[in-house]
Amino acid sequence: MADSEQPEISSEPQSRHVTYCGVCTLPPEYCEYGGTVKKCQDWLQENHPALYGRIWSPEALEAATAALSVDAQKRAARDAQKKTAKAEAAEAKQADKLAKSVITIKRIERNKKKFVTAVIGLEAFGLELKKVAKDLGKKFATGSSVTKVPSGGEEIVVQGDVSDELHDFLLEKYKDIPEDNIELVDDKKKKKATSG
Amino acid sequence: MFKKDITPAPKQKLKSSVQRSLRQALLTTYPLMTPYIDEILPKKSSLESMKLPDRNTLYVLDNVPLFYQQDTGEVMPHLRLVHRFPQAFPTIRIDRGAIRFVLSGATLMAPGLTSKGGRLPVEGAAPKLEEGKELDQKVDEDGRWSRELEKGEPVVIMAEGKEEACAVGVLVAGTAEVKAKGKGPVVEDAHFLGDGLWNLGTE
Repeated sequence: MADSEQPEISSEPQSRHVTYCGVCTLPPEYCEYGGTVKKCQDWLQENHPALYGRIWSPEALEAATAALSVDAQKRAARDAQKKTAKAEAAEAKQADKLAKSVITIKRIERNKKKFVTAVIGLEAFGLELKKVAKDLGKKFATGSSVTKVPSGGEEIVVQGDVSDELHDFLLEKYKDIPEDNIELVDDKKKKKATSG
Repeated sequence: MFKKDITPAPKQKLKSSVQRSLRQALLTTYPLMTPYIDEILPKKSSLESMKLPDRNTLYVLDNVPLFYQQDTGEVMPHLRLVHRFPQAFPTIRIDRGAIRFVLSGATLMAPGLTSKGGRLPVEGAAPKLEEGKELDQKVDEDGRWSRELEKGEPVVIMAEGKEEACAVGVLVAGTAEVKAKGKGPVVEDAHFLGDGLWNLGTE
Protein backbone atom coordinates (compact mmCIF):
# COMPACT_ATOMS: atom_id res chain seq x y z
CA MET A 1 0.00 0.00 0.00
CA ALA A 2 2.82 2.31 0.82
CA ASP A 3 4.27 1.82 -2.60
CA SER A 4 3.44 4.42 -5.11
CA GLU A 5 4.96 2.76 -8.10
CA GLN A 6 2.73 2.45 -11.04
CA PRO A 7 3.04 0.30 -14.08
CA GLU A 8 3.18 3.39 -16.24
CA ILE A 9 3.73 3.26 -19.93
CA SER A 10 3.30 6.98 -20.60
CA SER A 11 6.35 9.07 -21.35
CA GLU A 12 7.94 9.46 -17.97
CA PRO A 13 6.25 9.00 -14.64
CA GLN A 14 6.45 12.10 -12.52
CA SER A 15 5.42 10.34 -9.38
CA ARG A 16 7.77 10.52 -6.44
CA HIS A 17 8.35 7.48 -4.36
CA VAL A 18 8.14 8.18 -0.68
CA THR A 19 9.40 5.70 1.85
CA TYR A 20 7.10 5.18 4.78
CA CYS A 21 8.12 3.88 8.16
CA GLY A 22 7.31 0.22 8.56
CA VAL A 23 6.33 0.67 12.17
CA CYS A 24 4.15 3.76 12.36
CA THR A 25 3.42 4.15 8.59
CA LEU A 26 4.32 7.86 8.65
CA PRO A 27 7.12 9.31 6.56
CA PRO A 28 10.22 8.63 8.68
CA GLU A 29 10.80 12.31 9.39
CA TYR A 30 7.50 12.34 11.27
CA CYS A 31 8.25 9.25 13.35
CA GLU A 32 8.99 11.41 16.36
CA TYR A 33 5.30 12.24 16.52
CA GLY A 34 4.08 8.69 16.13
CA GLY A 35 4.60 7.52 19.70
CA THR A 36 6.77 4.52 18.81
CA VAL A 37 9.98 6.46 18.29
CA LYS A 38 12.35 3.80 19.55
CA LYS A 39 10.96 1.08 17.34
CA CYS A 40 10.80 3.38 14.36
CA GLN A 41 14.44 4.27 14.82
CA ASP A 42 15.45 0.63 14.94
CA TRP A 43 13.40 -0.15 11.89
CA LEU A 44 14.81 2.72 9.90
CA GLN A 45 18.36 1.93 10.87
CA GLU A 46 17.93 -1.59 9.68
CA ASN A 47 16.06 -0.92 6.47
CA HIS A 48 17.20 2.51 5.34
CA PRO A 49 20.50 3.33 7.00
CA ALA A 50 21.09 6.35 4.77
CA LEU A 51 17.79 7.88 5.70
CA TYR A 52 18.40 7.09 9.32
CA GLY A 53 21.69 8.95 9.22
CA ARG A 54 20.02 11.98 7.75
CA ILE A 55 17.09 12.19 10.11
CA TRP A 56 18.53 11.06 13.41
CA SER A 57 22.05 12.45 13.15
CA PRO A 58 23.08 14.66 16.08
CA GLU A 59 23.30 17.74 13.84
CA ALA A 60 19.80 17.26 12.54
CA LEU A 61 18.44 16.82 16.03
CA GLU A 62 20.21 19.92 17.22
CA ALA A 63 18.86 21.97 14.38
CA ALA A 64 15.43 20.66 15.22
CA THR A 65 15.51 21.67 18.84
CA ALA A 66 17.39 24.93 18.42
CA ALA A 67 14.38 26.60 16.89
CA LEU A 68 12.22 26.04 19.94
CA SER A 69 12.37 27.88 23.23
CA VAL A 70 13.45 25.93 26.29
CA ASP A 71 9.94 25.99 27.63
CA ALA A 72 8.42 24.66 24.46
CA GLN A 73 11.09 22.00 24.28
CA LYS A 74 10.20 20.78 27.72
CA ARG A 75 6.56 20.69 26.92
CA ALA A 76 7.19 18.82 23.70
CA ALA A 77 9.36 16.31 25.51
CA ARG A 78 6.72 15.73 28.13
CA ASP A 79 4.12 15.34 25.46
CA ALA A 80 6.22 12.84 23.57
CA GLN A 81 6.79 10.89 26.74
CA LYS A 82 3.10 10.72 27.43
CA LYS A 83 2.41 9.57 23.94
CA THR A 84 5.06 6.86 24.14
CA ALA A 85 3.67 5.62 27.42
CA LYS A 86 0.23 5.51 25.92
CA ALA A 87 1.38 3.60 22.87
CA GLU A 88 3.27 1.16 25.02
CA ALA A 89 0.29 0.59 27.27
CA ALA A 90 -1.93 -0.03 24.28
CA GLU A 91 0.57 -2.49 22.90
CA ALA A 92 0.90 -4.33 26.18
CA LYS A 93 -2.85 -4.54 26.43
CA GLN A 94 -3.06 -5.90 22.92
CA ALA A 95 -0.39 -8.52 23.65
CA ASP A 96 -2.16 -9.46 26.82
CA LYS A 97 -5.41 -9.87 24.99
CA LEU A 98 -3.72 -12.02 22.40
CA ALA A 99 -2.18 -14.23 25.03
CA LYS A 100 -5.51 -14.74 26.70
CA SER A 101 -7.79 -15.20 23.75
CA VAL A 102 -8.53 -18.76 22.87
CA ILE A 103 -9.61 -20.22 19.59
CA THR A 104 -12.14 -22.97 20.03
CA ILE A 105 -12.50 -25.58 17.35
CA LYS A 106 -15.72 -27.35 18.00
CA ARG A 107 -16.85 -30.56 16.40
CA ILE A 108 -20.60 -30.57 16.39
CA GLU A 109 -22.53 -33.74 15.74
CA ARG A 110 -25.22 -33.03 13.26
CA ASN A 111 -26.63 -36.41 12.48
CA LYS A 112 -25.10 -39.59 13.90
CA LYS A 113 -22.19 -39.82 11.52
CA LYS A 114 -22.20 -36.29 10.18
CA PHE A 115 -20.38 -33.39 11.69
CA VAL A 116 -19.76 -29.73 11.24
CA THR A 117 -16.77 -27.92 12.65
CA ALA A 118 -17.17 -24.51 14.20
CA VAL A 119 -14.24 -22.18 14.77
CA ILE A 120 -14.77 -19.53 17.41
CA GLY A 121 -12.56 -16.64 18.40
CA LEU A 122 -10.44 -16.06 15.29
CA GLU A 123 -11.28 -12.37 15.19
CA ALA A 124 -9.20 -11.77 18.31
CA PHE A 125 -6.13 -12.39 16.19
CA GLY A 126 -7.07 -9.72 13.72
CA LEU A 127 -8.18 -12.14 11.06
CA GLU A 128 -10.99 -11.40 8.72
CA LEU A 129 -13.52 -14.14 9.20
CA LYS A 130 -14.93 -13.89 5.72
CA LYS A 131 -11.55 -14.36 4.09
CA VAL A 132 -10.52 -17.15 6.43
CA ALA A 133 -13.82 -18.92 5.79
CA LYS A 134 -13.19 -18.78 2.08
CA ASP A 135 -9.70 -20.17 2.54
CA LEU A 136 -10.95 -22.99 4.69
CA GLY A 137 -13.60 -23.85 2.15
CA LYS A 138 -10.94 -24.03 -0.53
CA LYS A 139 -8.56 -26.03 1.60
CA PHE A 140 -11.04 -28.69 2.63
CA ALA A 141 -13.21 -28.51 -0.48
CA THR A 142 -16.33 -28.15 1.59
CA GLY A 143 -18.85 -25.52 2.46
CA SER A 144 -17.54 -22.96 4.88
CA SER A 145 -19.40 -19.93 6.07
CA VAL A 146 -19.46 -17.18 8.62
CA THR A 147 -22.45 -17.54 10.92
CA LYS A 148 -23.79 -15.30 13.60
CA VAL A 149 -23.86 -16.75 17.10
CA PRO A 150 -26.97 -16.09 19.20
CA SER A 151 -24.83 -14.62 21.93
CA GLY A 152 -23.47 -12.05 19.50
CA GLY A 153 -20.29 -12.30 17.51
CA GLU A 154 -19.55 -14.61 14.64
CA GLU A 155 -18.03 -17.98 14.04
CA ILE A 156 -16.90 -19.96 11.04
CA VAL A 157 -18.75 -23.15 10.34
CA VAL A 158 -17.07 -25.71 8.11
CA GLN A 159 -18.95 -28.72 6.87
CA GLY A 160 -17.57 -32.08 7.83
CA ASP A 161 -15.28 -33.16 10.61
CA VAL A 162 -12.06 -31.35 9.89
CA SER A 163 -11.12 -30.41 13.41
CA ASP A 164 -7.65 -31.99 13.43
CA GLU A 165 -6.65 -30.75 10.01
CA LEU A 166 -8.05 -27.37 10.87
CA HIS A 167 -5.91 -27.23 13.95
CA ASP A 168 -2.79 -27.90 11.94
CA PHE A 169 -3.83 -25.58 9.16
CA LEU A 170 -4.37 -22.65 11.48
CA LEU A 171 -1.02 -23.18 13.12
CA GLU A 172 0.76 -23.41 9.82
CA LYS A 173 -0.91 -20.54 8.05
CA TYR A 174 -1.18 -17.98 10.84
CA LYS A 175 2.12 -18.05 12.63
CA ASP A 176 1.12 -15.62 15.36
CA ILE A 177 -1.40 -18.00 16.88
CA PRO A 178 0.25 -19.91 19.72
CA GLU A 179 -0.53 -23.59 19.77
CA ASP A 180 -1.68 -23.54 23.37
CA ASN A 181 -4.40 -21.10 22.49
CA ILE A 182 -6.23 -23.52 20.27
CA GLU A 183 -8.73 -25.70 21.97
CA LEU A 184 -10.50 -28.70 20.51
CA VAL A 185 -13.97 -29.42 21.82
CA ASP A 186 -16.34 -32.23 21.01
CA ASP A 187 -19.95 -31.22 21.07
CA LYS A 188 -22.54 -33.93 21.61
CA LYS A 189 -25.74 -34.08 19.69
CA LYS A 190 -28.42 -31.41 20.03
CA LYS A 191 -26.57 -29.51 22.62
CA LYS A 192 -26.99 -25.77 22.34
CA ALA A 193 -23.68 -24.12 21.66
CA THR A 194 -22.40 -22.17 24.60
CA SER A 195 -20.02 -19.44 23.64
CA GLY A 196 -16.51 -19.84 24.91
CA MET B 1 -12.34 14.98 10.52
CA PHE B 2 -10.83 11.52 10.65
CA LYS B 3 -9.48 11.43 14.17
CA LYS B 4 -11.08 8.09 14.85
CA ASP B 5 -10.01 4.98 13.05
CA ILE B 6 -12.20 4.03 10.12
CA THR B 7 -13.20 0.51 9.26
CA PRO B 8 -12.87 -0.25 5.57
CA ALA B 9 -16.14 -0.45 3.69
CA PRO B 10 -16.78 -2.31 0.46
CA LYS B 11 -15.66 -0.50 -2.67
CA GLN B 12 -17.86 0.31 -5.61
CA LYS B 13 -16.71 0.76 -9.15
CA LEU B 14 -17.48 4.19 -10.47
CA LYS B 15 -19.26 4.81 -13.72
CA SER B 16 -16.92 6.14 -16.33
CA SER B 17 -19.10 9.23 -16.71
CA VAL B 18 -18.75 9.97 -13.02
CA GLN B 19 -15.06 9.41 -13.36
CA ARG B 20 -14.87 11.87 -16.21
CA SER B 21 -16.72 14.56 -14.31
CA LEU B 22 -14.50 13.98 -11.30
CA ARG B 23 -11.47 14.44 -13.48
CA GLN B 24 -12.88 17.69 -14.78
CA ALA B 25 -13.62 18.89 -11.27
CA LEU B 26 -10.08 18.06 -10.23
CA LEU B 27 -8.57 20.04 -13.06
CA THR B 28 -10.70 23.06 -12.19
CA THR B 29 -9.78 22.91 -8.53
CA TYR B 30 -6.15 22.02 -9.03
CA PRO B 31 -4.99 23.50 -12.33
CA LEU B 32 -1.43 22.60 -11.40
CA MET B 33 -2.38 18.97 -11.66
CA THR B 34 -2.85 19.19 -15.42
CA PRO B 35 0.58 17.78 -16.34
CA TYR B 36 0.10 14.80 -14.05
CA ILE B 37 -3.55 13.99 -14.41
CA ASP B 38 -2.93 11.18 -16.86
CA GLU B 39 -0.57 9.58 -14.44
CA ILE B 40 -2.85 10.04 -11.47
CA LEU B 41 -5.99 9.01 -13.28
CA PRO B 42 -5.13 7.09 -16.43
CA LYS B 43 -7.95 7.29 -18.94
CA LYS B 44 -8.51 3.56 -18.97
CA SER B 45 -8.40 3.12 -15.23
CA SER B 46 -11.37 1.97 -13.24
CA LEU B 47 -11.74 4.15 -10.22
CA GLU B 48 -13.46 2.84 -7.14
CA SER B 49 -15.21 4.69 -4.37
CA MET B 50 -15.56 3.85 -0.73
CA LYS B 51 -18.16 5.29 1.58
CA LEU B 52 -16.77 6.60 4.85
CA PRO B 53 -18.49 7.96 7.93
CA ASP B 54 -19.83 11.52 7.92
CA ARG B 55 -20.83 11.38 4.28
CA ASN B 56 -17.28 11.20 3.11
CA THR B 57 -16.31 9.41 -0.05
CA LEU B 58 -12.86 8.09 -0.73
CA TYR B 59 -11.70 7.49 -4.28
CA VAL B 60 -9.38 4.57 -4.68
CA LEU B 61 -7.45 3.44 -7.73
CA ASP B 62 -5.75 0.04 -7.70
CA ASN B 63 -5.92 -0.03 -3.92
CA VAL B 64 -4.16 3.31 -3.69
CA PRO B 65 -6.26 6.05 -2.12
CA LEU B 66 -6.29 9.18 -4.26
CA PHE B 67 -8.94 11.64 -3.15
CA TYR B 68 -11.63 12.12 -0.61
CA GLN B 69 -14.65 14.30 -0.67
CA GLN B 70 -17.07 15.31 2.01
CA ASP B 71 -20.62 15.40 0.81
CA THR B 72 -20.50 17.43 -2.38
CA GLY B 73 -17.74 19.72 -1.22
CA GLU B 74 -14.26 20.18 -2.59
CA VAL B 75 -12.41 17.05 -3.73
CA MET B 76 -9.37 16.81 -1.48
CA PRO B 77 -6.18 14.88 -2.22
CA HIS B 78 -5.20 12.03 0.06
CA LEU B 79 -1.84 12.66 1.72
CA ARG B 80 -0.22 9.75 -0.06
CA LEU B 81 -1.08 11.43 -3.33
CA VAL B 82 0.29 14.73 -2.06
CA HIS B 83 3.53 12.97 -1.26
CA ARG B 84 3.70 11.67 -4.78
CA PHE B 85 2.89 14.96 -6.47
CA PRO B 86 3.78 17.75 -4.10
CA GLN B 87 4.04 20.28 -6.91
CA ALA B 88 0.40 19.97 -7.81
CA PHE B 89 -1.09 21.64 -4.77
CA PRO B 90 -0.85 25.06 -3.14
CA THR B 91 0.98 24.95 0.16
CA ILE B 92 1.46 26.83 3.38
CA ARG B 93 3.97 25.91 6.03
CA ILE B 94 3.68 25.72 9.79
CA ASP B 95 6.44 26.17 12.31
CA ARG B 96 7.95 23.29 14.22
CA GLY B 97 6.02 23.96 17.39
CA ALA B 98 2.70 23.50 15.68
CA ILE B 99 3.43 20.13 14.13
CA ARG B 100 2.55 18.01 17.08
CA PHE B 101 -0.78 19.76 17.52
CA VAL B 102 -1.71 19.41 13.90
CA LEU B 103 -0.71 15.75 13.98
CA SER B 104 -3.09 15.15 16.83
CA GLY B 105 -5.96 16.70 14.95
CA ALA B 106 -6.09 20.22 16.36
CA THR B 107 -7.38 23.13 14.35
CA LEU B 108 -4.51 24.96 12.73
CA MET B 109 -4.28 28.47 14.21
CA ALA B 110 -2.75 31.55 12.65
CA PRO B 111 0.29 31.94 14.96
CA GLY B 112 1.64 28.64 13.64
CA LEU B 113 1.89 30.30 10.26
CA THR B 114 2.83 33.87 11.07
CA SER B 115 5.78 32.97 13.29
CA LYS B 116 9.35 32.72 12.05
CA GLY B 117 9.14 29.08 11.03
CA GLY B 118 5.80 29.42 9.28
CA ARG B 119 5.38 30.32 5.63
CA LEU B 120 2.46 32.22 4.16
CA PRO B 121 2.34 33.40 0.54
CA VAL B 122 4.91 36.05 -0.37
CA GLU B 123 4.37 39.68 0.50
CA GLY B 124 2.63 41.58 -2.24
CA ALA B 125 1.49 38.40 -3.89
CA ALA B 126 -1.24 38.54 -6.46
CA PRO B 127 -4.48 38.56 -4.52
CA LYS B 128 -6.44 36.59 -7.05
CA LEU B 129 -5.95 33.79 -9.48
CA GLU B 130 -5.70 35.36 -12.88
CA GLU B 131 -7.46 33.87 -15.81
CA GLY B 132 -5.08 31.92 -18.01
CA LYS B 133 -2.25 32.10 -15.52
CA GLU B 134 -3.26 29.09 -13.48
CA LEU B 135 -0.08 27.26 -14.31
CA ASP B 136 2.20 30.09 -13.27
CA GLN B 137 1.67 29.78 -9.56
CA LYS B 138 4.34 27.94 -7.68
CA VAL B 139 6.24 27.75 -4.46
CA ASP B 140 9.51 29.69 -4.12
CA GLU B 141 12.72 28.39 -2.55
CA ASP B 142 11.66 29.77 0.76
CA GLY B 143 8.45 27.76 0.81
CA ARG B 144 6.12 30.65 0.08
CA TRP B 145 3.33 30.39 -2.45
CA SER B 146 3.24 32.92 -5.25
CA ARG B 147 -0.30 34.14 -4.71
CA GLU B 148 -2.67 34.72 -1.84
CA LEU B 149 -4.91 31.78 -1.14
CA GLU B 150 -8.57 32.37 -0.60
CA LYS B 151 -11.00 31.22 2.02
CA GLY B 152 -12.49 27.85 1.11
CA GLU B 153 -9.50 26.76 -0.96
CA PRO B 154 -7.98 23.36 -0.32
CA VAL B 155 -4.41 23.69 0.85
CA VAL B 156 -1.54 21.36 1.66
CA ILE B 157 0.18 22.00 4.95
CA MET B 158 3.93 21.50 5.00
CA ALA B 159 6.06 21.67 8.12
CA GLU B 160 9.23 23.47 9.09
CA GLY B 161 12.28 21.27 8.66
CA LYS B 162 10.33 18.48 6.96
CA GLU B 163 10.18 17.53 3.33
CA GLU B 164 6.81 15.89 3.24
CA ALA B 165 3.40 17.39 3.78
CA CYS B 166 1.77 16.75 7.13
CA ALA B 167 -1.85 17.67 6.52
CA VAL B 168 -4.46 18.68 3.95
CA GLY B 169 -7.41 20.90 4.66
CA VAL B 170 -9.68 23.70 3.58
CA LEU B 171 -8.82 27.26 4.55
CA VAL B 172 -11.42 28.86 6.79
CA ALA B 173 -9.59 32.16 6.53
CA GLY B 174 -7.87 33.57 3.45
CA THR B 175 -4.10 33.94 3.73
CA ALA B 176 -4.37 37.71 3.37
CA GLU B 177 -6.70 37.77 6.34
CA VAL B 178 -4.37 35.54 8.35
CA LYS B 179 -1.52 37.94 7.71
CA ALA B 180 -3.63 40.92 8.74
CA LYS B 181 -5.18 39.44 11.85
CA GLY B 182 -2.51 37.03 13.03
CA LYS B 183 -4.85 34.97 15.13
CA GLY B 184 -7.82 32.66 14.90
CA PRO B 185 -8.33 29.33 13.15
CA VAL B 186 -6.97 28.85 9.67
CA VAL B 187 -7.61 25.21 8.79
CA GLU B 188 -10.24 23.20 10.58
CA ASP B 189 -10.91 19.50 10.24
CA ALA B 190 -7.81 18.61 8.30
CA HIS B 191 -6.72 15.21 7.09
CA PHE B 192 -3.35 14.69 8.79
CA LEU B 193 -0.61 12.08 8.96
CA GLY B 194 -1.58 9.15 11.13
CA ASP B 195 -5.30 9.85 11.27
CA GLY B 196 -8.07 7.39 10.51
CA LEU B 197 -8.03 8.10 6.80
CA TRP B 198 -4.27 7.69 6.63
CA ASN B 199 -4.43 4.35 8.41
CA LEU B 200 -7.40 3.09 6.47
CA GLY B 201 -6.72 -0.15 4.66
CA THR B 202 -7.80 0.02 1.05
CA GLU B 203 -6.79 -3.42 -0.04
